[in-house]
Amino acid sequence: MKRIVHKHPLAIRWFHWINFPVLFVMIWSGLLIYWAYDPYKIQIGDYVLLSFFPDSFYKALKVPFRLAEGMAWHWVFMWVFILNGILYVAYTFISGEWRHLVPDRNSFREAGQVVLYDLGLRKTQPPFVKYNGAQKIAYFTVMLMGIGSVLTGFAIYKPVQIAWLTTLLGGYEAARLEHFTLTVGFVLFFVVHVIQVARAGWHNFQSMITGFEVVKPGDPERPASQPVAPVHPSDPASPTQPALS
Amino acid sequence: MSQSTEPKLPEEDVPESVTRRKTLISFGVFALAAAGSAGLYKYIADSKNAMGVKRPLRLVLNENETVAKTYFSNAHLVPTFDPKQAARPARVNGYEGIKKPVTDDWQLQVDRANAEPLLLSMDAIKALPKHEITYEFKCIEGWSQKQNWAGARLSDFLAAYKLGTRSGNAPNPDQPDDLFKHVGMETPDKGYYVGIDIESALHPQTLLAYENNGQPINAQHGAPLRLIIPVKYGVKNLKRIGRIFFSDERPRDFWAERGYDYYVGL
Repeated sequence: MKRIVHKHPLAIRWFHWINFPVLFVMIWSGLLIYWAYDPYKIQIGDYVLLSFFPDSFYKALKVPFRLAEGMAWHWVFMWVFILNGILYVAYTFISGEWRHLVPDRNSFREAGQVVLYDLGLRKTQPPFVKYNGAQKIAYFTVMLMGIGSVLTGFAIYKPVQIAWLTTLLGGYEAARLEHFTLTVGFVLFFVVHVIQVARAGWHNFQSMITGFEVVKPGDPERPASQPVAPVHPSDPASPTQPALS
Repeated sequence: MSQSTEPKLPEEDVPESVTRRKTLISFGVFALAAAGSAGLYKYIADSKNAMGVKRPLRLVLNENETVAKTYFSNAHLVPTFDPKQAARPARVNGYEGIKKPVTDDWQLQVDRANAEPLLLSMDAIKALPKHEITYEFKCIEGWSQKQNWAGARLSDFLAAYKLGTRSGNAPNPDQPDDLFKHVGMETPDKGYYVGIDIESALHPQTLLAYENNGQPINAQHGAPLRLIIPVKYGVKNLKRIGRIFFSDERPRDFWAERGYDYYVGL
């Protein structure tokens, strides 16, 4: 017998894996569009710290002169992104899954502890049920970012028909910058997410495909909020906490 | 305390054969779904082009027009600004159709369904009420600029000369079926051409413009007469209008033929 914990409902797994290639298409086609007018940079005084983007970057990714192609993909797959996002948000709230996702006032303190733990500056991480504080903040924020991308996207897609939205977001130029900034945010999230998933290992990764994880009692990577019942409580030879494995 | 509202995840004891089977099925479905996405990409990428863009994408872009039209309204106006904020001079971004100087005998030709083409001088346009607008001109490339333009409303022009209808009457909002579905415009040398849906053409902010910042528009901006249509990207704002015509079929469109969306409504 194995003790398994049901971690990710089937619907969430579908939403997650549909979103992955769709968001990729949106970011890639967005880059093809952005190339045609690419004024954004981070600069301190006259010193350009970071330019979005250098010509070598565009050239390496074969971006130049593909505006029409980018717009076509962007304006087709936006519908999939929106529909998948609406279903995800609706499911999360109706199913109660939001209780695992929405940060509370303790999440920020926990997140700090998680960061210290990940940096090796703390021996233990705080207990959690499904996601730790840092994960809650990250995943909830990325959901809000998705909503933000749709709103800023529509603000620049229909700045006359939905002028009130464009105005609310600070105007056409501001909305375009916001849309771009959110996209940079998705890319940064993606980088951290992939690193963290790699660090957490196969056990954790496969649960986004199978939905379940086999429970390893006393796993230091998964401190439960309550002590896990020993697997063989009647066996005196078996310690409740296995030695470091 | 912190997890007081967060329920525990459901746990279950199952035989190892069950976890093995669940894993196998899940990864099988995952692989199928991944192959499906790759297949969908390949299907689009291998499709024939429809006017410079993959056919399945073109079909959705055309459907997007249908969606946009459900929300389009003459009451939705582009935000306007103080003329003092307008760029002087307005940015010039293209020379298609205006590479040679305009000829001295320029006249506006308007094709009609059951009559000879109208041939009009600038005086005929200037006789109509003049409207001025300062708004953010938006290029399909992504840049925008506050610009000041003045001219006659295209809707006033169509009403005054009884154009755009099958009956030969002035356009009547109560009789949408009497309207042709599209307006076509082209430069005198036919080097640049656009097609515009009739709803956007009749929008109250759509102008036959002959002034920029209070001065007659210059050669680079399409003297003597150009289209200013704030409900579209710049590509539809045809310079140096030579001919106007009406049709139910989409008139040919310079940038739509080069892979861009046809409607490009803002």
